[in-house]
Amino acid sequence: MPTVIIPTPLRKFTENAARLDVDAASVEELVDHLSSSFPLLRKHLLDETGKIRTFLNIFVGDEDIRDLDQEKTRLSVQAIVSIVPAIAGGK
Amino acid sequence: MPFYKDVQFSKAELARYDRHIIIPEFGLEAQQKLKTAKVLVIGSGGLGSPLLLYLAAAGVGTIGIVDFDVVDDSNLQRQVLFKVSDVGKRKATAAKRRLAALNPHINIRIHHAHLTAENALSIIKDYDVVADGTDNFQTRYLVNDACVLLDKTNIYASVFQFEGQVSVFNYRDENGELGPNYRDLYPSPPPPGLVPSCAEGGVLGVLPGIIGSMQANEVIKVVTGVGEPLSGRLFIFDALHFETRTFRVKRRDDNPLNGKNPSITQLVDYDLFCGIPKAEKKIRELSVEAFLDWQSRGEKFQLIDVREPYEYELANLGGELIPLATVTEQAGRIARDRKVVVHCKAGARSAKAIRELEERFGYDNLYNLSGGIVAYQAQVQEPVKL
Repeated sequence: MPTVIIPTPLRKFTENAARLDVDAASVEELVDHLSSSFPLLRKHLLDETGKIRTFLNIFVGDEDIRDLDQEKTRLSVQAIVSIVPAIAGGK
Repeated sequence: MPFYKDVQFSKAELARYDRHIIIPEFGLEAQQKLKTAKVLVIGSGGLGSPLLLYLAAAGVGTIGIVDFDVVDDSNLQRQVLFKVSDVGKRKATAAKRRLAALNPHINIRIHHAHLTAENALSIIKDYDVVADGTDNFQTRYLVNDACVLLDKTNIYASVFQFEGQVSVFNYRDENGELGPNYRDLYPSPPPPGLVPSCAEGGVLGVLPGIIGSMQANEVIKVVTGVGEPLSGRLFIFDALHFETRTFRVKRRDDNPLNGKNPSITQLVDYDLFCGIPKAEKKIRELSVEAFLDWQSRGEKFQLIDVREPYEYELANLGGELIPLATVTEQAGRIARDRKVVVHCKAGARSAKAIRELEERFGYDNLYNLSGGIVAYQAQVQEPVKL
């Protein structure tokens, strides 16, 4: 089953889970499953029109899904999916 | 700028840089390149501290520091450039003093200013490489855009809580091939309020130490041409689980700065771009004097303290404790039938709480105690431990 790695700022919406195994065949399905299991996470992943937010990148392995097949990107059973939001701290 | 091969070192410098010079892949030539380099470090805080210390120690010939801020107590948990006696002093000045003591063979220029769309190009243009250690999205995009417009490499790092990111943006390799920039990675910033800043969300003190040191490593590689810079890749570090990952980042055709159809040819309004309202509705401020007057007149009001419980325990004004992060869920406790004075340590968190309550719940009876408990203490000259 594909594994998704949740970034620190979003872990408060996943009961502090850093890694989750999600039964999904595509990125879209994975995001759907996450949003229904953790409803508060939804608004952080998707905008009002249901699209993945532009300050959030999703990588399958080390590839950005924007360079693959976007939300339709297929996931193998061993796929590691990373959600990487923009962070700006530095001070 | 002198050609690096013409650069001479004194005996003292040769002794100082010996451990660099004896590395076969580095050698005297890389050390000469460091001495001719001009590196601008934007922000001398958590990332800027290790970055500046290592760049100065390594012998970067000219280092610029941009910082408008002064050293605060809460900085010392991670900003290892500063010491207790620097509290209250300008960061750029304190940093210069520390770095000059560390390496007298380099030049340090300070820019005691907020980097803005008005001054960014004129400050950045005199440097070869920029290292961005700022703390908000507006400045991140400003630094990125200025670097792309001026064709400078931007060594990027950012931190939040336990997580850090590093990349090298707008890097031109030896074949003239240009790498991606911040807008290729993140086309637009999160809406304000969705992603908390370190001031609100916190950061593990050692994390910017780790990430800022990696940033210094990338600066040194870009300047010397030694090794392979982190261009076209994003490195992320999770300090909590000790996990590191590196992702590929590519240039994108739709990048508005340098994609197929560029639409940005000069710096823009970054507050607007990041959705920060231009003129925030002014909140009602209440001076400590007026506050004391209300108290002595027996004016009916509710007093809310939005600091953290541990701060409240140290000293308080007898208000009801509702920490900033819980203000929305505890809004029911805040009166509507009389005046409400909201305070924190110095006035910033309480202003934020008031904005949130006004915007989300339509309160119109809230007053911000100007300068917070610190101003109160100064006014009544009562020794309150904070």
